[in-house]
Amino acid sequence: MATPKKKSASTTKKATAKITDFAAAPINKSLSKEEKIDLYRTIIGIRRFEERSLRAYNQGKIGGFLHLYIGQEAVASGIVSLMEENDHIITAYRDHGHALAVGMSMNECMAEMFGKHTGCSKGKGGSMHFFAPDKNYWGGHGIVAGQTPLGAGLAFALKYKGLKGCAIAFLGDGAVNQGSFMETLNLVSLWGIPVVFVIENNGYSMGTSLKRSSAKENLAHRADGFDMAWEVCNGHDVFEVREVANRAMKRAREEHKPFLLEIQTYRYRGHSVADANHEKYRTKEEIEEYKRTKDPVNVIKQQLLDDGTLTEALAKKIDQEKKDEAEASAKFAEESPYAPRSEIQTDVYWEVDNDTDNKLKGTYFFND
Amino acid sequence: MALITYREAIKQALDEEIQRDENVCIMGEEVAQYNGAYKVTEGLWEKHGDKRVIDTPISEAAFSGLAIGASMLGVRPVIEMMFMSFSYVAIDQLFNNASFCRYMSGGLMNVPIVVRGPANGGTNVGATHSHTPENMVANHPGLKVVCPSNAYDAKGLMKAAIRDNDPVFVMENTLLYGEKWEVPEEEYIVELGVANILKEGTDMTIISHGRCAMLSLQAAKTLEEKHGISVEVVDLRSIRPLDEETILNSVKKTGRALLVEENKPYCGVDAQISHIIQLKAFDYLDGPIHRVSAIDAPQIYAKPLEDWQIPNEERIITGALKCLS
Repeated sequence: MATPKKKSASTTKKATAKITDFAAAPINKSLSKEEKIDLYRTIIGIRRFEERSLRAYNQGKIGGFLHLYIGQEAVASGIVSLMEENDHIITAYRDHGHALAVGMSMNECMAEMFGKHTGCSKGKGGSMHFFAPDKNYWGGHGIVAGQTPLGAGLAFALKYKGLKGCAIAFLGDGAVNQGSFMETLNLVSLWGIPVVFVIENNGYSMGTSLKRSSAKENLAHRADGFDMAWEVCNGHDVFEVREVANRAMKRAREEHKPFLLEIQTYRYRGHSVADANHEKYRTKEEIEEYKRTKDPVNVIKQQLLDDGTLTEALAKKIDQEKKDEAEASAKFAEESPYAPRSEIQTDVYWEVDNDTDNKLKGTYFFND
Repeated sequence: MALITYREAIKQALDEEIQRDENVCIMGEEVAQYNGAYKVTEGLWEKHGDKRVIDTPISEAAFSGLAIGASMLGVRPVIEMMFMSFSYVAIDQLFNNASFCRYMSGGLMNVPIVVRGPANGGTNVGATHSHTPENMVANHPGLKVVCPSNAYDAKGLMKAAIRDNDPVFVMENTLLYGEKWEVPEEEYIVELGVANILKEGTDMTIISHGRCAMLSLQAAKTLEEKHGISVEVVDLRSIRPLDEETILNSVKKTGRALLVEENKPYCGVDAQISHIIQLKAFDYLDGPIHRVSAIDAPQIYAKPLEDWQIPNEERIITGALKCLS
């Protein structure tokens, strides 16, 4: 039976204390200088990539929706940095940060948003549907909460095959009110599935504040109803994210128990870029206050400057490298071709794509 | 050859595939300890245990999605819908995730799951439990769907579905579970995409699938005996992929086609079949294509009326005579 760890009160207290407390936690203390610099590199890389993608969107180069992760970077970066060989992740449509954190290239991600053949999904998925199974990253899913049972399935497979690992399924605060997610919470607790659900609570499900969408503001608390452990922490400090998530992931791997982790974070931009009114459902001051005090890029930079890992010069150099890489990815995407029309009907059926000896019977596609 | 029920044939397929491949498991409501709501999985839990035969809570969206996620890492789950009607609460999982994950990833993954369960009316249970959604499934590129009309096909198609590397829906029929057919003792597979000519004939073709194919066969025999009409009966078996060649060859031979299915007519499977025939065998047709489908209303509860609402021998014979008039 799960023993819920109700640490929300104490973690909130910690968050207001000196942030370096988390950097001193064993899981963070064990990081080498290079590993810490890598965390900074990932976080600032996501920021610069998305800033560049926003420009491309505003220039009409990227179609559809663009859900930016700006402000939330430390969450995906921190959790991905804890992944072991048999750990897998899956997320919803705000998926660029997770993709870059697992090591997908800016080129393939930017090209995907441009709809180009060189994109990670050959231009078939778009911004919301990035995948890299070779990096244990299973998307990138467009329907709110639709990815949550899939995450449970990844974890189920690990247990079924006797592999020591866990799945991390990210979702937003808007997804907690979907039936599929609540069904899944019950199932994973009932069956002892090694999955960690991470609610990235940015306070708004599109334009509706948490207060206006969820009957109870403590979302992780719902785990109690399923006899499942939960915790709440802050998402702007990558070391705090790592410290808390590490416990949840370890528990899942070692005890085959699910965990519900609510990470309080914030997005600077609208729900998507099309959400031009985002300053109407929240105040400018609210956004500015977060940027001033909790910006994930500034927070890690200051921490690493303080502990001597980074110098201003090195920080600047890494920032410039990421800006250049993002700029180059836009150029790469721009210059890449679209897939030929014949690609519209590939990647639909595995059996058709792999029918090298022409053994398949019957018609699979029904165009005149 | 052994004379076994449609239910037994499916159970044998599941049993054999569970033994053949350690990644095959079956999950669903009441499939294990209760032995299956329709006893299709009877004895499998006792034989194979908790790991391979898994009872789920009543949470179709959760266990469908879980099966899809597990399949991405190589598990090959067969999920039972107690009624295919219940898949409607898992539509996002089945019609967005199972069908499109491969495509949206540019072919980086595949989803080898089987979704099986009864999809039929005629059981006096009202509209919510009487859906025949093979047309909806077929409308989603990425999904495959088969509708076995007899025990032989049920076993062979189920095995093919489990070994297939794409998501396959197997539409069963509660009215067929207790019916018996000859099934070989030795192993066999019925490939997807291959129709079956149940009866040869020269005057007209009836094209059908699922239990309606069996009703069509009966009607064809009556038409021959009482009206002297030679009817060819094509059982589609597989809806997507579809055996167009067998359909077209038969219609080209007979010049007339009656399409029979339990689906409601609007956007039913036969709407597509009719289009294919007019497009590819127009010059061979001696008259309009006719259809016998479920009468176009939600499934009615009252038994005598429901028996008239879905195709029956009398309605098929009337349709056939219209075709020939």
